[in-house]
Amino acid sequence: MWGKLTWEAIPFHEPIIMVTSAVVAVAITGVLAWVILKGYLPYIWKEWLSSVDHKRIGVMYVVLALVMLLRGFADAIMMRGQQAVALGSAGFLPPEHYNQVFSAHGTIMIFFVAMPFVIGLMNFAVPLQLGARDVAFPVLNSVGFWLTATGALLVNISLFIGEFARTGWLPYPPLSELAYSPGVGVDYYLWALQISGAGTLLSGVNLVTTVLKVRAPGMTYLHMPIFCWTTLASNLLIVAAFPILTATLAMLLLDRYLGFHFFTNDAGGNPMMFMNLIWAWGHPEVYILALPAFGIFSEVFSTFSGKPLFGYRSMVAATMGICILSFMVWLHHFFTMGAGADVNAIFGIATMIIAVPTGVKIYNWLFTMYTGRVVFATPMLWALGFVVTFVIGGITGVLLAVPPADFVLHNSLFLVAHFHNVIIGGVLFGVFAGYEYWFPKAFGFRLHEGLGKAAFWCWIIGFYVAFMPLYALGLMGMTRRMQHYNVPEWQPWLLVAAAGAALIAIGVALQITQLVWSIRHRDALRDKTGDPWNGRTLEWLTPSPPPMFNFAVMPKVEGVEAYWIKKQSAIERQALSPEPEYHDIHMPRNSSAGFICAFFSVTMGFALIWHIWWLVIVAFIGAWAVFVVVAWRDEHEEAIPAATVAEVDRANRAARAERLPTLRAPS
Amino acid sequence: MSAATDAYPGGVAGGGLARGGGLAAALTEEPEHGASKRIVVAYGFWIFLISDIILFSALFATYAVLTDATDGGPSGRDLFELPTVALETACLLLSTVFCGFAGIAAQVRRSAMYYVSMAATFILGATFVVIELHEFKTMIDAGAGPGRSGFLSAFFALIGCHGLHVTAGLLWLLTMMAQVYAKGFRDDIRRRLLCFALFWHTLDIIWVALFSLVYLVGVAPR
Repeated sequence: MWGKLTWEAIPFHEPIIMVTSAVVAVAITGVLAWVILKGYLPYIWKEWLSSVDHKRIGVMYVVLALVMLLRGFADAIMMRGQQAVALGSAGFLPPEHYNQVFSAHGTIMIFFVAMPFVIGLMNFAVPLQLGARDVAFPVLNSVGFWLTATGALLVNISLFIGEFARTGWLPYPPLSELAYSPGVGVDYYLWALQISGAGTLLSGVNLVTTVLKVRAPGMTYLHMPIFCWTTLASNLLIVAAFPILTATLAMLLLDRYLGFHFFTNDAGGNPMMFMNLIWAWGHPEVYILALPAFGIFSEVFSTFSGKPLFGYRSMVAATMGICILSFMVWLHHFFTMGAGADVNAIFGIATMIIAVPTGVKIYNWLFTMYTGRVVFATPMLWALGFVVTFVIGGITGVLLAVPPADFVLHNSLFLVAHFHNVIIGGVLFGVFAGYEYWFPKAFGFRLHEGLGKAAFWCWIIGFYVAFMPLYALGLMGMTRRMQHYNVPEWQPWLLVAAAGAALIAIGVALQITQLVWSIRHRDALRDKTGDPWNGRTLEWLTPSPPPMFNFAVMPKVEGVEAYWIKKQSAIERQALSPEPEYHDIHMPRNSSAGFICAFFSVTMGFALIWHIWWLVIVAFIGAWAVFVVVAWRDEHEEAIPAATVAEVDRANRAARAERLPTLRAPS
Repeated sequence: MSAATDAYPGGVAGGGLARGGGLAAALTEEPEHGASKRIVVAYGFWIFLISDIILFSALFATYAVLTDATDGGPSGRDLFELPTVALETACLLLSTVFCGFAGIAAQVRRSAMYYVSMAATFILGATFVVIELHEFKTMIDAGAGPGRSGFLSAFFALIGCHGLHVTAGLLWLLTMMAQVYAKGFRDDIRRRLLCFALFWHTLDIIWVALFSLVYLVGVAPR
């Protein structure tokens, strides 16, 4: 009846897990009780869970990412703690648990922190920047989010029921095959990623279509803000790369569930094929995350330097160049496979070539600041920290691209230091900059600047203290993923790294404090103008938070910095443009399809993991029925009356007219 | 849609790259805001189909790598029966013709022609799936199932993935017949029919590649 699921699946003998389970259970119950008792449930359902508004979905993606960041960071703290004390001893994490911790850390940080954070910011900002009312397919957008949330939930369930993979964040065969990983850990990994991967693909299709087909009049390709370009590049990569991930994981599933021989050691299977396929997705994935972050930095540098972005067109070219090159370097993840010197040399050189467009970008950002009036607001601090950190990470990357050097450093802590250097320094700093930058737009009030800056300094100093020692340890010969070791010379470095993690923990605590403090003092931090940073792109034309329909009338775009041009002409004339004529606006209705779909996909994923076949069938039928019901709806849209539109826009115009005399034309 | 016809003078950024040439012209072209829903939906579905084709390309690449990994078991030359596969091909190609008729019928809103064409598409598609399942069963009974060798794993996964797509398409087809019956040729339903047709034709194109690269190459003498 219940497949492989028995009471044995609950790890009663592991105190760390049981205490965590208890705390999480109490927290979830507490939050639910608070929401229900306060009577917030209808509001949350109507305005958030069933919303198809791109801004709301974007915020929910970011909330998911922040929650999962705490989980992934807890894993990181445990690993640093374990390695700090595990000289010649067992430490406090038993090996089978430690292996799950590092696997979960990588999986969560890439798939359920970085991805939803980046997708959330794209979802929130891109339609506003394009001058659109929503994405091309709003209901699909909601379904995509809920599938991602499903994957995250399955990974978290694995903590309490059963186990997670012990194979690392990419389940390399033959270790991940049934013969060597007979438990449900790898199955949790595979189904969580298959389901959330489908969500990511839907989101990619949606955003590509949005950027290419849904733009304001006058918003030609070369009038689009850079963030829209990087979003396009990133989502093109999603469309091209995620199907490869789906196919690869499906093959591993077939091996595990139906006895196929894709990656097994026997019967003609070929484990190295997995490495090739997974990295044909995995390397573009790096750029799926990094390119949108580059876009955010471009917006931030330009806004806080009070200047247009330097070299806009070279930035577009560099972005699209990286987009293509990212598909031509995957073999550098396994130079040691033995493909031969010629193949390795070609991929090594291709890898180094990527540094060229990336270097173009770095110089563009520097020249954007040159002669600008640089304002050191929190988003700008993250951007400056990024430039320094990312250059160091890039240099160690070019070093690893040299095959002979890679043979020495492969799978060492030098590699671990390198990719944390580029992913924390590049992607995470980028999404934090975006979070600070767009927060006032999303909620109508700013985040506390002082706490934000304090968090930044803890993060960046903590980062260097935590990861620079790992470079040294890599050169000293320490390999990654060690549960214990017996080289006394390593321990001081590992203690320093643990101290760095503690500093980052203070940074995280400050970020939480900043959020809570800012919410409690939101009236003092209120952004009344809708343009708190003196912005240049169209999202700052809308009130904060923007109404559901974003723009009362479609803005007419006349250049790259659509809003800046409008603002300057208003300053010159000391008058807003004449009031437009308002019409009814048709917006998509809310849809519970995404949420219900998530319910059935969690059920189906769980049933597949535990081999509860009847439940798989029930859940599949349920999911299909949801689609049919959605397809049967007669009313997809509702009209927002012109009077409401006028009311919203007049308030926005009044706020802007009031502010106009305080703005001066640039010299 | 009026925006698409307005001549646009070209802006600050458009200037340099815009001068002359195809790509540059495309880059400064007026965006399609207010592009009709039909265009946006079909465009998005095309993007999805591209991703689907890439999924198949991963399976094709795997098949290419594992073709010779027979582990001493049967190879394509021992297993493939071209007449059966030819029959499958005929079913699928003919079903596409009827799918085309159904599209025309929806365009001119002729219900009888629509239902007959869709039914014919379904019967031919279902026949294809049945023949394929029979082929699979024969192979498994002969000890040449997917667990026999890397080659057979790749074969069953590649052909089976296409078969699953066709099966999903059949489910979709029935849903579309029911939708037209319940709602008539409404605009949103005709957009879905357009997507269905694109999907069905894509499966055809993939089958042509399967037929050529798996079956024809598979039986060719060395």
